Amino acid sequence: MTFLAGSEILPMSFETASMDESLTELGEHILGGVEDSTLGYSVEFGELTIRAQARSIARVLKFLRDDPACHFATLIDITAVDYPQRARRFDIVYHLLSMHQNQRIRVVVETDVDTAVPSVVGIYPAANWYERETFDMYGVLFSDHPDLRRILTDYGFNGYPLRKDFPLTGYVEVRYDDDEKRVVYEPVKLVQEFRSFDFASPWEGVEYLLPGDEKAEN
Amino acid sequence: MAEQELRNYHLNFGPQHPAAHGVLRLVLELDGEVVERVDPHIGLLHRGTEKLIEYKTYLQATPYFDRLDYVAPMNQEHAFVLAAEKLLGLEVPRRGQFIRVLYSEIGRILAHMLNVTTQALDVGALTPPLWGFEQREKLMIFYERASGARLHANYFRVGGVHRDLPPKLIEDIYNFCDPCEQALDDLEELLTGNRIFKQRNVDIGVVSQDDALAWGFSGVMVRGSGMAWDLRRSQPYEVYSELDFDIPVGKNGDCYDRYVIRMEEMRQSLRIMKQCIEMMPGGPVHAEDGKVVPPSRADMKRSMEALIHHFKLYTEGYRVPAGEVYVAVEAPKGEFGVYLVSDGGNKPYKCKIRAPGYAHLQAMDHLCKGHMLADVAAILGSIDIVFGEVDR
Repeated sequence: MTFLAGSEILPMSFETASMDESLTELGEHILGGVEDSTLGYSVEFGELTIRAQARSIARVLKFLRDDPACHFATLIDITAVDYPQRARRFDIVYHLLSMHQNQRIRVVVETDVDTAVPSVVGIYPAANWYERETFDMYGVLFSDHPDLRRILTDYGFNGYPLRKDFPLTGYVEVRYDDDEKRVVYEPVKLVQEFRSFDFASPWEGVEYLLPGDEKAEN
Repeated sequence: MAEQELRNYHLNFGPQHPAAHGVLRLVLELDGEVVERVDPHIGLLHRGTEKLIEYKTYLQATPYFDRLDYVAPMNQEHAFVLAAEKLLGLEVPRRGQFIRVLYSEIGRILAHMLNVTTQALDVGALTPPLWGFEQREKLMIFYERASGARLHANYFRVGGVHRDLPPKLIEDIYNFCDPCEQALDDLEELLTGNRIFKQRNVDIGVVSQDDALAWGFSGVMVRGSGMAWDLRRSQPYEVYSELDFDIPVGKNGDCYDRYVIRMEEMRQSLRIMKQCIEMMPGGPVHAEDGKVVPPSRADMKRSMEALIHHFKLYTEGYRVPAGEVYVAVEAPKGEFGVYLVSDGGNKPYKCKIRAPGYAHLQAMDHLCKGHMLADVAAILGSIDIVFGEVDR
């Protein structure tokens, strides 16, 4: 067996620098195209993120799809990120791909529990299930969605599992009841309380009190 | 007599139908034998993977990815470890990269072999699965010899791979390639020119280029429609840019083209595997960053510092700098992506898994409309879905 030498690779810094530059250019171009709907852009880890206003998301995505310099014809994903401490707690994140320009982009809008985000099913048919999933997991509403049903959770499920305030164990569990001859739902019973261990280093600002700590105050 | 009201027939396909490839429930609306509407009900295998990952350290999160597309486990892990490495700014040594590519291609053959042969089974051929699964068995033994597990490998780790491969294993993988090519020839002899197989697949489930874009398709589903798009080529990761392989592209976008592409991709995968073994350099298989990669057992027994690292890494884990990344790999079924958000802690703040099968399955209604009931099984077989990744 022989070992062949691999071809030379560009130094990492040069590669990322030129890539970031073209992304910055693209970001400027998009901001120029839909200025009143966007809030700004950033390039981090070699990825372009556009922050937009929730009510005009359809306009931004339509521009991104149809503008010849963008041509983001493929919707890769829609999801949400929950930040419960914020007033508008959800970031709705759209990932787009342009096979023509070989470019990716992320569009982020903010919303809260009550404010619906305009659906983009009319622009990307693929958005249908992604919006349904986001609704199912986070309870984010999408206005004018043709069929906003739950998708992944059980028929008749309550709550929004991916919210940060939803417990990992959930609220109900199922089992087959031999007497009733059907599957029954019961509140979760844990034999042992759910434990979330804090492995953070004790030198880095732990927030709990150890017995005897009150003596140190006097 | 009152006028008779005609109603379309509703049929439940699954969730226990053998051609449903897992736990899919399709509610079909039929007009005679013609499909009018398809409503897939998914989620029967939903295990809350994304929620669980938010409560686990990065090391503990990796095995969940084996359980997504369980016919090609390491390809899934690959996307996650690449995402975490991007946030950490960690570079993988070349030997580690070659091993990852080698095993990703093994995974591709595993997945395509299952898909092609079960698709044949769905349209009535019984022999291909028997022949194909013999090859899969051998590949799963390679998985086992590298990681200790046939399916849920947990072999790719952030920073590299878990252990180095023994030389005998590398030799055996190399010696496997040519006989496997022979087995592919045998399979093609059964199927490619077969009259019944063609009757069932040619011009069925045609995907136009516009459809493929609008529905967010990726992988074989776009290549079947004539678009030369492969992430290994267009957005290369690891050492794919140094390897020599072809991307097969279809013409008609029907089930038959997708079958032919998968057959050819398996041959290309064998080619990549051989190149990987020929080009594989010596050296470490994971990064030497002691704050992320655990020390070896031998070091741990002798060095106090290694012992501390070992303890900290297996309890607290490592902190990942705050930020958000999206990383995609060309999994056998298409673009498998991980959107990872870190808040600087030792657990992911959010981990969204973008599964290719999810996008493909939602187009079932579009693809099946106007086809016969029997074609539903053929289309479902050719879009290649596995419920582990669709339901997550």
